[in-house]
Amino acid sequence: MHVTLTHYLILSALLFSLGLYGVVTRKNAILVLMGIELILNSANINFIAFSRYSGMRLDGQVIALFVIILAAAEAAIALAIVLNIYKQFRTVNVDEINKLKE
Amino acid sequence: MNLFDIIFYFFTAITLVSAGIVVISRNIIHSAFSLLFTFFGVAGIYVLLNADFIAVAQILIYVGGILVLLVFGVMLTNKVVSVEIKTGTLNTLPATLLVAITAGSLCGVFYATNWKVVEGVSDIKTTTNSIGEIFMTTYLLPFEVASVVLLVALIGAALIARKDKILK
Repeated sequence: MHVTLTHYLILSALLFSLGLYGVVTRKNAILVLMGIELILNSANINFIAFSRYSGMRLDGQVIALFVIILAAAEAAIALAIVLNIYKQFRTVNVDEINKLKE
Repeated sequence: MNLFDIIFYFFTAITLVSAGIVVISRNIIHSAFSLLFTFFGVAGIYVLLNADFIAVAQILIYVGGILVLLVFGVMLTNKVVSVEIKTGTLNTLPATLLVAITAGSLCGVFYATNWKVVEGVSDIKTTTNSIGEIFMTTYLLPFEVASVVLLVALIGAALIARKDKILK
């Protein structure tokens, strides 16, 4: 079967679903972050696939670069917050963290 | 089925299998390392879509930056020397239902929609030059704003994560 736009879109849908499953089910905050990275990657596949199949207009690729930039910023901030939570509560399980302060 | 299709299915298999290991594995270190293969597989997909610059940026930023950051997080927040590295799950059954419905409806919509495709890619050349031009013309303001956002986010992350509070 010849690869078309639909193949890429279905790949990104499956990757999005796996990321969503990780975000919903995992207790560890870092694994939730990994699920978010999967979701961002699936969105990027969509952007670049549409960019390729619209006659190689590069706007989709530029947006994908912005997504990568914001993913880097998000990962840095989120890891800093997770480290602070670990210092406060000695755990990073999101189901046990239910206080804003001690 | 030509070579292009075989390579596409190869990278798709790498991406989906390792992403499955990321979300299902009980061992957080296994999750972190299979995320590496997911990022490589997605970079391969980008190459197949003629996005060479994005593929290299993906490997540099995701594998070299974000994944190393995540592994640091794993090492700093888990007791690696003891057996506490396993992590639990919750709400598995409702989550499976939700994800199955989401995946099914997304795939159905993607499959049923009649996408208008422009196939005009005759000469394949590198995209780096054109992306640079677009960044410096059409997307100049978002580019500058993104650079400031990244700078502020990194300074903020360093300030949040440091041990001694300088702001009393």
